[in-house]
Amino acid sequence: MPEPLALKDHSGESRVFFERAVIGFGVLIVLTLILVARLFYLQIIEHEAYATLSDKNRIQVEPLPPVRGLIYDRNGELIADNVPTLNLTITRELVSDLEVTLDRIDALIGLTVEERESFHRRLKRRHRPHEPVPVRFKLSPEEQARIAVNEYAMPGVQIEARLVRHYPKGEMMAHALGSVRRINETDARSLDPVSYSGTNHIGKIGVERQYEAALHGTVGHKRVETNARGRVMTELERIEPVAGRNLILHVDSLLQRAAIEALGDRRGSIVAIDPASGGILALVSQPSYDPNLFVTGIAYDTYSLLRDSPDTPLFNRALQGQYEPGSTVKPIIGLAGLVTGMVKAESTISDPGWFRLPNEARLYRDWNWTASGMGGHGEVHFQKAIYRSCNVYFYGLAVKLGIDRIDEYLGLFGFGQDTVLDLPEARDGLLPSPVWKREYRGQPWYPGDTVNIGIGQGDMLVTPMQLATMASVIANRGKWIMPRMLKTPDELLPPPSRPMADVDLVPDHVWDEVIGGMEKVVHRGNQVFGENGTAWAYIGQDINYRMAGKSGTAQVVGIKQGEEYHEEELDERQRKHAWFIAFAPVDDPQIALAVLVENGGGGSSVAAPVARAVIDFYLENQYQVAGVRP
Amino acid sequence: MSRDFVRRLPDSNFVFERTAGIGDKLHVDVITVVLLLLISAYGLLILYSAVGQDQNALMSQVIKLGVATTVMFVMAQIPPFVYMRLAPWLYLMGVGLLVATYFFGYEANGSKRWLRVPGLFGFQPSEIMKLVIPMILAWYFHERHLPPKNKHVFWALVMMLVPATLIFLQPDLGTAIMICASGALVLLLAGLSWNLIFGAAGAVVLAAPAFWFVLRPHQKDRIMTLFDPERDPLGTGWNIIQSKTAIGSGGLSGKGLFQGTQSHLDFLPESHTDFIIAVLAEEMGMVGVVTLLILYILLMGRGTIIAIQGQDTFGRLLAGSITFTFFVYVFVNIGMVSGILPVVGVPLPLVSFGGTSILTLFAGFGILMSIHTHRRIML
Repeated sequence: MPEPLALKDHSGESRVFFERAVIGFGVLIVLTLILVARLFYLQIIEHEAYATLSDKNRIQVEPLPPVRGLIYDRNGELIADNVPTLNLTITRELVSDLEVTLDRIDALIGLTVEERESFHRRLKRRHRPHEPVPVRFKLSPEEQARIAVNEYAMPGVQIEARLVRHYPKGEMMAHALGSVRRINETDARSLDPVSYSGTNHIGKIGVERQYEAALHGTVGHKRVETNARGRVMTELERIEPVAGRNLILHVDSLLQRAAIEALGDRRGSIVAIDPASGGILALVSQPSYDPNLFVTGIAYDTYSLLRDSPDTPLFNRALQGQYEPGSTVKPIIGLAGLVTGMVKAESTISDPGWFRLPNEARLYRDWNWTASGMGGHGEVHFQKAIYRSCNVYFYGLAVKLGIDRIDEYLGLFGFGQDTVLDLPEARDGLLPSPVWKREYRGQPWYPGDTVNIGIGQGDMLVTPMQLATMASVIANRGKWIMPRMLKTPDELLPPPSRPMADVDLVPDHVWDEVIGGMEKVVHRGNQVFGENGTAWAYIGQDINYRMAGKSGTAQVVGIKQGEEYHEEELDERQRKHAWFIAFAPVDDPQIALAVLVENGGGGSSVAAPVARAVIDFYLENQYQVAGVRP
Repeated sequence: MSRDFVRRLPDSNFVFERTAGIGDKLHVDVITVVLLLLISAYGLLILYSAVGQDQNALMSQVIKLGVATTVMFVMAQIPPFVYMRLAPWLYLMGVGLLVATYFFGYEANGSKRWLRVPGLFGFQPSEIMKLVIPMILAWYFHERHLPPKNKHVFWALVMMLVPATLIFLQPDLGTAIMICASGALVLLLAGLSWNLIFGAAGAVVLAAPAFWFVLRPHQKDRIMTLFDPERDPLGTGWNIIQSKTAIGSGGLSGKGLFQGTQSHLDFLPESHTDFIIAVLAEEMGMVGVVTLLILYILLMGRGTIIAIQGQDTFGRLLAGSITFTFFVYVFVNIGMVSGILPVVGVPLPLVSFGGTSILTLFAGFGILMSIHTHRRIML
């Protein structure tokens, strides 16, 4: 493609080039100014914002978790402390192949599929690859040794020591003390994220839950400079955490042990209170469980075993078990009768063994009623009604009092409400009333209901804690000191939501009659048949201090769990519950208690000896009472 | 080749006198060399901080600079006409190597950029093309009337796009863009008509959506990240968020040399290579960056003067392209690190750690000095 020959215009080309080069350099200057403008924007105008960002980048605040407060019993014995446990952790950053490492650990100490899964879940929750994530909590010494020997071959695998709650008394104190659990996602939503930032556990039950705020302490922190991978380079500032408050409880672990031993392998509950201080000396619910199992997370099958056991070891019978009080309420009904003048202490009734409401065919039987008509207690006065536990006397008295007055007097002693200051799980029980019955049952209140409540039967429900409290109020002759676990520091004690007023409308001679009757339950003996105190034969013959008591038996309406699936046990589980309430010494009460033996049978024969053993132990240790049978 | 003579223009009394100084005899442009050494020294200081005061890394860079300077002086001795004659052969060889790379190159970080001479060394043919493209286009237009005719522009574009496409396929978007930029600069300097320039610019804008479909996912990500770094703050957005933080937190006068927290605590990625300007901005503030920019502008001013003083089309176009391409590096790098351009892998000239780019740059300045010191007419 030959073109017309043309001479190259050299000066023209150089002129054009000059023009273009100058324009090019001009553009270059403009673009440089754009860069400068950008720098000005970032470095001058937005400097503060980016300086803050840069600091946020490098400065991390790491929480320093406080040490949880210790809990002592009244004798100064540790019942909740913190022990270092060794956890096996993996630092993601240092591990090249996670599965290989996990397989290796598996070969050494055996990992369950569950453990692997929860490890991966934990791994996902922590974003920084340099943070050690636990694989196995609480290494046994053998596991620790196996890991330690092989640690060199597993980079990133470490044994880490952490302080973890420990209950030296194990299952003995489980229900008295409550326990801490791992913080789960539901807890985390309601917790202050700052103060719990370094904490894995929270008080979930009982004292641990009630005094969580004090026990937890104040979180500290350190400000550290970290690199982009989060590794700490230098520490800039450190504020030490403040350990949680130590608590001293009224509970006496020696008494607690004695009470558990007295109960033996029977199911039941014992609550003992120091009437003078309201301090709960023992709070037993058997069977129990080892709270240490829950601290670091319990294996699912162990948990389901506990949860599904027909003996319900996780269930706190002392606070949440609601039972018919049976005859244990008779002293209160009697007291109401005397105070209101419905009965006089000396006047008697004749007990044929049964009671009948006017215009009703139904017979309300006494406990010693026989079809042959030979039952009954004969002539019964006030104290005999108590020490013989005469039903017919209280049937009649209940009818005379009427349900409103009965409820009023029972209410004065704390029934139908939770009077424990610092045990959040304590239940109210049930004090039935016509209003309640209409509302919840849709039925009117029948006169027969009043008759039943006279001997603590029917719909009324109480907890062992409530009966122990009642015993304590009687021991104090009406002076109310609400039960509590915490001894010191007492400023932590929560104020009562509804303070109980002292029962002060009761004249002294009425207290004498009521307490005298209860004393005779234990001490009146060596009489003709049918004249001894109900418990004398079992506990009163060799006693060397004065005890006031009252037995009771509660009909078993039904047990929540177990029945249907264990038919061979039906018989045993349908037996009556045995109650015994007591306080001693009568003239200077040191201890008031309630004993419940589930399906135990008779209150005097089964529960009273337990009560005696507990009181014996306590008084012996308090006063070194001589000659008390061990 | 250089020969002293005096030329008198026929219609004037003005005398152009050849006054060859010692620099010309050694084929060294003192101003260029001084500026290059100043920038390199400044760059070494920043690099020393960026590598965490690692003297081995510093020495390695010093050695590379030494080698590159030697190459520059050698290149400066070769007269421009040699480059002009070699240009087509260098071009064919370069394209051949790129094709070879396409088939036999070895992969690193997901792209095939390297060709290995068995048992000896590896090199990136694309790097050679950075100098060969302006050379071949300058050669092409040297023979043609300027301003270029449309068909010449067309063939020039073909010559430019063949290697650019091969490089784009490696994939190495950054180098492909730089190759195109150096070629486009030759066209612009050759006097491409403004209509075509604005037309082409308009076409690029219109074709941008189509271009979008050619891009690989990670390249799309980078462009999306430019508009909204927070859309993936720990992934593609991380680099840019951290570099902006480094620059912004530096303020006017910086946190002090070696005191940058963003770089030394490893928040800033690539802190000694592509993102090194952020280290400078963090530690020496806006003052430090503007100082570097002034040095760059002085160097490019000198380059522009050399280009303008060039005696033939080849020399002018080549010198101009080398100079302005250098600026494109600066602008794209700082623009990317400061978040006004998408992230493409372009090092900061003379400052970023790495031998290849420094070698190419110094070789370019060697050619520039050759063009300047082999003139027959001194203005």
